[in-house]
Amino acid sequence: MREEGRGKGEEGEPGNQTVRALSVPPFPLPSSPVPAIRMDGIDKSFGAIRANRGASLEVLPGEIHALVGENGAGKSTLMRILGGLMKPDAGHVEVNGRDVTGWSTSEAIAAGIGIVHQHFMLVPTLSVAENLVLGAEPKSRGIVLDYKRAADDVRTLSNETGLVIAPERLISDLSVGEAQRVEILKVLFRGARILVLDEPTAVLSPPEVRELWTVLRRLRDKGDTIVLITHRLDEVVEISSTISVMRAGQTVARVKTSETTPGEIARLMVGREVSLSAGKRVQPSGRSAAPPPDQGLEVLNLSVMGSRGTRVIDNISFSVKPGEIFGIAGVEGNGQTELIEALAGLRAIFAGEILIDGTDISRSSVAQRHDAGLSHIPEDRHRRGLILEYTVANNLILGVQKDFSKRGIIDKTLVMENALREITSFDIRPPNALLAARALSGGNQQKVVVAREMGRTFSVLLASQPTRGVDVGAIEFIHQQLLEARAEGKAILLVSAELNEVLALSDRVAVMYRGKFAVVMPSSEASEEVLGEYMIGTKKGNAA
Amino acid sequence: MSAPSLAEGTKPTFAAAPWRERAQEALIPPLVALLVALICGDLLILSYGQSPAAVYRLLLEGTWGNAYGFGQVLYKATTLAFTGLAVSFGLRAGLFNIGGESQLAAGGFAAALIGLVLPVGTPLILALLICMIAAGFAGGVVGSVPAYLKTRFGAHEVIVTIMLNFIVLALLNWFIAGHLHVPETLHTPEIHAGVLPRLADIDSRFHGSAANLALIVAVLIASAVWFYLFRTRGGYDLRAVGLQPQAAEYGGISVGRVWMRALTFSGVIAGMGGINYVLGYKHYYEDGFASGAGFLGIAVALVGRNHPFGVIIAAFFFATLSQGGLAIHAFVPKQMMDVLQGVVIIAVATAVPEVRRILRDARKRSDA
Amino acid sequence: MNPISFGTQMIRIAVPYLFAASGGVVAERAGIVSLTLEGFMLSGAFAAVLGTNYSGSPWVGVLCGILGGLIFSLIHAVATIRYRADQVVVGVAINLLAIGVTRFFLKLFFASSSNSPRVAGFGGNINAAGFDNPLLWLGLIVAPVMAFVIYKTPFGLRVRAVGEHPDAAESVGVSVKRVRYAAVALSGMLAALGGVYLALDQHQFTDQMTAGRGFIAISAVIFGRWDPIRAALACLLFAAAETLQIQLQGSHAIPSQFIEMIPYALVIIALAGVVGRAVPPAALGKVEA
Repeated sequence: MREEGRGKGEEGEPGNQTVRALSVPPFPLPSSPVPAIRMDGIDKSFGAIRANRGASLEVLPGEIHALVGENGAGKSTLMRILGGLMKPDAGHVEVNGRDVTGWSTSEAIAAGIGIVHQHFMLVPTLSVAENLVLGAEPKSRGIVLDYKRAADDVRTLSNETGLVIAPERLISDLSVGEAQRVEILKVLFRGARILVLDEPTAVLSPPEVRELWTVLRRLRDKGDTIVLITHRLDEVVEISSTISVMRAGQTVARVKTSETTPGEIARLMVGREVSLSAGKRVQPSGRSAAPPPDQGLEVLNLSVMGSRGTRVIDNISFSVKPGEIFGIAGVEGNGQTELIEALAGLRAIFAGEILIDGTDISRSSVAQRHDAGLSHIPEDRHRRGLILEYTVANNLILGVQKDFSKRGIIDKTLVMENALREITSFDIRPPNALLAARALSGGNQQKVVVAREMGRTFSVLLASQPTRGVDVGAIEFIHQQLLEARAEGKAILLVSAELNEVLALSDRVAVMYRGKFAVVMPSSEASEEVLGEYMIGTKKGNAA
Repeated sequence: MSAPSLAEGTKPTFAAAPWRERAQEALIPPLVALLVALICGDLLILSYGQSPAAVYRLLLEGTWGNAYGFGQVLYKATTLAFTGLAVSFGLRAGLFNIGGESQLAAGGFAAALIGLVLPVGTPLILALLICMIAAGFAGGVVGSVPAYLKTRFGAHEVIVTIMLNFIVLALLNWFIAGHLHVPETLHTPEIHAGVLPRLADIDSRFHGSAANLALIVAVLIASAVWFYLFRTRGGYDLRAVGLQPQAAEYGGISVGRVWMRALTFSGVIAGMGGINYVLGYKHYYEDGFASGAGFLGIAVALVGRNHPFGVIIAAFFFATLSQGGLAIHAFVPKQMMDVLQGVVIIAVATAVPEVRRILRDARKRSDA
Repeated sequence: MNPISFGTQMIRIAVPYLFAASGGVVAERAGIVSLTLEGFMLSGAFAAVLGTNYSGSPWVGVLCGILGGLIFSLIHAVATIRYRADQVVVGVAINLLAIGVTRFFLKLFFASSSNSPRVAGFGGNINAAGFDNPLLWLGLIVAPVMAFVIYKTPFGLRVRAVGEHPDAAESVGVSVKRVRYAAVALSGMLAALGGVYLALDQHQFTDQMTAGRGFIAISAVIFGRWDPIRAALACLLFAAAETLQIQLQGSHAIPSQFIEMIPYALVIIALAGVVGRAVPPAALGKVEA
């Protein structure tokens, strides 16, 4: 692939070799001290999904260890097993040399494991002190909760760690950064010496992140062990001493931070070589005749507010022309989800305008946007894209029910003909129109969504993570569909966490970083390395 | 759009999910519940020093064994079918209508009021139609209040419908006790028009039983509900909202509008049930006639698995329990049936998720 | 209107509400819907009369009443917590079951379908106006005691955590199930005491004698925004309205039915957010998958 060659040229450092050599598990390290955490051959399945398959992790005492990997690589599952929230199907867990496989939450807490969850595990209606002592309440006179002692303990711990917060304050009144401070205090309060932080910076502002690093370094210096789960590579480089990389439920590398580069880590995270090549591209028909200027999707000064009153989309403007695929890359959680939801009519916008073929749909309902020519492959097919209890045939008309009914009555013949057609042309398996969508594999469920959204009349397509959790065959098929739609003159907005997918399909790419476009460029000028730097924030552009 | 063709030998089909799976999921919970109820019933009967077999035989003879008993079962099943359909209609949209009792009462009251206002000699069909529309309208008005409060303010429909039960019943009590009653009673005068023929008028063997043509109306409404839910766009939208509101929203369905429609029509159905007592049986509205029917409607919807025809069957089941209590009263107090009703609901409510889980797990194991 | 007679009558009316509402607050704060209060009260009332009748001592009756409420609350807890059945459905069923069981046993033990024979009870001194009943005094302190339990004890902290964010509680090793079992059992016993007070005040059990008081209590819980003290004040408010209705009887100033509606109408108004939105505990009624 074109990026591959250039990438090597630019980053031909000795680090590459180290990583390669290490990238075959297991990793018998010459570990002199007993590892704080040793997990080996961990398997864990949820129904058909294998979250961990032979995953391993070895963390030395007193280090900051980064556990990186794409979404769904199995990092959180591995940590939940460590924390006793789940039991592994197979494999061993050792903490400080003791076999603790399959232990309970309280045993894990007693042994000094503290997990700071990505979604805060704090009770919003309780005070800081109450949250801290929950489950280990100090008592006076046998039954009374000793609030004074609780508050004093909190203050003492605050002073020791530098995590300052008033014990009386309600969690619901705290900022995100403060709430996280409480989370860390909470696990320390329980005597944690091994801290696991799951995506701690996802919601923090840069000053808050710096503050967090200070705290973590201080904890490390006094001998605590820290595991940091993240997919922001700049952070990994800044704070960790060792890195483990997970991909598709397996641990694919363990490497010293000083001996690698972000580019190398990114490559290990993504792993799979994508078979799409530029040569496969279908050239859009009629590109010579430039489309009228107001056709396609036009977004002007769009802002969207998040749940905590911050701007998750901050004044974005862009347009997608007919016959163009505009790709948006970026680390998840930088506003992509909110952008798509705002465009689709599922999230209120704060300011700005959205136009489809020149029609303002900023305030239109979902149904009105459908009618205006918008089609939408949502990122979460289980929650949004499908009604899992409905049959495949009925799912194939979701959003276009109107076209399949006469005077309010659904025309079953039309529905079945449509199902037959889509099942055949999209090769949906098993090819049974009356099967509940729940019974299909992930790839085939996604094909149902894609078949429906691309089977109807539309001029603008929002494709959000169109190939997530889909097998390789289906990925190529879906890619082919997108390219054909482009050839037919549709305007396509593609959002994907798969950098190579964005690069391979798009005409232009943008990188979203903290609610803005860090850069917009023709994909012919882009590469994984260049985009990667914008994604992780090490390079900042001035694209509007 | 060019696309790869299907692999050799595979052809799209329309085979529904294996019927055995569906039958297992639909039938096992009620059967488990029935078994639990039978065991409880045995214990209660034994505590009274009677033989369970003899008492159960008596129960069946007194209900399905003779025309009068069967007529009473039909009558009681009719009201329960209405309230059960009402509850299940709401549940299909994911909403819990506990206001069946007050909606039923309001419907009966409206039917009686119109029956009193219409002149004697109004053509039967016309009178019936007007009375039924009035009953449905009154029930719908009561049902639309929680619907509005839910859509507009997010007030939980369970609490609002319960509270509204008390308010509406007090209001009706005030109307009756204060203004409309026949002296020394708590009921209105007899209606002038809109009397539904009784079954006994058609077949004299039903003599004395209250069964009337409202049963036909109930079956027609069940069919209409079935048609609406499974054949119309509105039903498609309504069930989508009940199953996955976020997916429905994505599909361009207005969740609030569906909520509004579902609870209001749930009220309409419950309100129409008022005709069974008012037009079919007593020919007047009496304070308290709806007592308990709303809560039992929940049981009926639950045991009927929210399917319109399942609801009809479940209504017969609970009507049999209720009428059977009278049949065995000489040997075991009829109150035993009140106990069994509670037991059946708890058993079904507990068995449904548990059985589904067990079946899914078993299937997963057999797949693996 | 005599303010003293008004006050005493109001308190006597309020006591069953105070017990039941305290129970409702505990269960709902732990995340379990309390449509069951009516059933708990009724079973408590019957068990108290049964116990008093066979022992001759109202105190044995009190214990039996508490036990009666406990049994029903455990049925509710097992169905909803262990088997994750729908809390509203089971709640409705518990109420029906309580009516059925008390009727059946009324027939079995007292051979009547309407009421039990007169049993020993509390109070009865005309001059004391009901204040010689120890349960009345207990009823007056139950709300402050429950406020203390909920806000000042480790158990109360866990109850509040479990009802708001069960995952957070579980993540620090608090057993959500165990806390909920305890809260529902406590609510059953407390609500039962409300029924016990009714029965022993009247010295007998009559069919469906709680007559919707459990629903007034749940209204008080919601109107009091799930706080024990505010719920108790709501109980007193509702009791005052009822007292007014009784004392105005015959004067036809306001039809009694309209005064009956007050608690329910207030709840609907509170839920619609007209006077400060009532926000329930976040995990109330949710069944975790």
